[in-house]
Amino acid sequence: MLSLADVTVARGGLPVLEGVSFDVGAGQALVLRGPNGIGKTTLLRAIAGLQPVLAGTIAHDEDAVAYGAHSDGLKAQLSVRENLQFWADVYGGGDVEQALHDMNMADLQSRPAAQLSAGQKRRLGLARLLVTGRPIWVLDEPTVSLDKFSVNLFADRVRTHLASGGAAVLATHIDLGLSEARELDLAPFKAVPPTEEAFDEAFL
Amino acid sequence: MKALLIRDLRLAIRAGGGFGLGLSFFLILVTLVPFGVGPDAEVLARIAPGILWVGSLLACLLSLDRIFALDFEDGSLDLLATAPLPMEGTVSIKALAHWLTTGLPLVVIAPLLGLLLNLPLQAYPWMILSLLAGTPALSVIGTFGAALTVGVKRGGLLLSLLVLPLYMPTLIFGAETVRRGAEGLPTTTPLLMVAGITMGCVALMPFASAAAIRVGLKGQ
Repeated sequence: MLSLADVTVARGGLPVLEGVSFDVGAGQALVLRGPNGIGKTTLLRAIAGLQPVLAGTIAHDEDAVAYGAHSDGLKAQLSVRENLQFWADVYGGGDVEQALHDMNMADLQSRPAAQLSAGQKRRLGLARLLVTGRPIWVLDEPTVSLDKFSVNLFADRVRTHLASGGAAVLATHIDLGLSEARELDLAPFKAVPPTEEAFDEAFL
Repeated sequence: MKALLIRDLRLAIRAGGGFGLGLSFFLILVTLVPFGVGPDAEVLARIAPGILWVGSLLACLLSLDRIFALDFEDGSLDLLATAPLPMEGTVSIKALAHWLTTGLPLVVIAPLLGLLLNLPLQAYPWMILSLLAGTPALSVIGTFGAALTVGVKRGGLLLSLLVLPLYMPTLIFGAETVRRGAEGLPTTTPLLMVAGITMGCVALMPFASAAAIRVGLKGQ
């Protein structure tokens, strides 16, 4: 479903990851690991199409990727339901009821997003994935500020998604309990920083 | 697209939204001018077209940085960029929402404020027409400016500097329409120019704005 071949991505004009290749098929999940600053977010943004790659190719079906970033893109003045309904409408009508129920948000649906706790905001952000109806989930640190119960809830949702033929690429530091997911350590792909001389040449 | 428009209108109207910001600024400016200039009815009548147009232009400018900055900060711009909406459509809807919450209220309230400035009676239809024809251009051009400065922290100053020169033609022909209307001269030419500028902007600017957003998001 998603395949990367020899991908190089850059942040601030400098390459951070080089030669990343992997395939994620239907029903598979891939967990990206690596220390802070290695380029997980940059790679995920490139997969989501927000950033160009320096080299290599990223192939997936058109309009197949649902991206979940660090921030949830919630509007504080809108209620939980209004926030979710907006994304459902944008993506052509997902089941808001079901998504609220699945992420354990049904009791909070009329509350303004401003009054949610950090974990509840995150859960609402993840509920957005359920209404997109897109097969490939690209998630950046999806479990930040979630409690143990919610992490399990989220892992269950990912499992359901995979079982229905979806795929997921996740960058995370914690153990999700997704035993079936493959792991990819990005550390070996770290780009060699350009030397001082190369830097000068670029200016000459 | 409709969902985005409804969301933006809702956000503008609810507490902390931009609705009323431009309107109250316009109100304050036009109320203060007679106090500053003095009560001479003839002088007021002469400067009224210019003041009304400059006032609405600045009122539009005031709320421009909200168009994308808030969406950028809370991450929804990234999500909108990956959503199935074409970016050109997104920026057009954003401009439309800005006009509905800023430009249209100005058009509605301008006749009331024309009274304060002793605007000659025969100028009223021309003022309303020229504002109606000209303010959409202000929103569309402003959206482009906001798109250009989207990743810039506190980009408000840069935004104003970028956008002001682009506002000049609309201001010149808009105020000219009202002035001619006030003096009973033919107004067709400047009014057509205002309408032409607006139509050109509405047709072409969304492509520029969308390109600017894409570049802006790339750098993050």
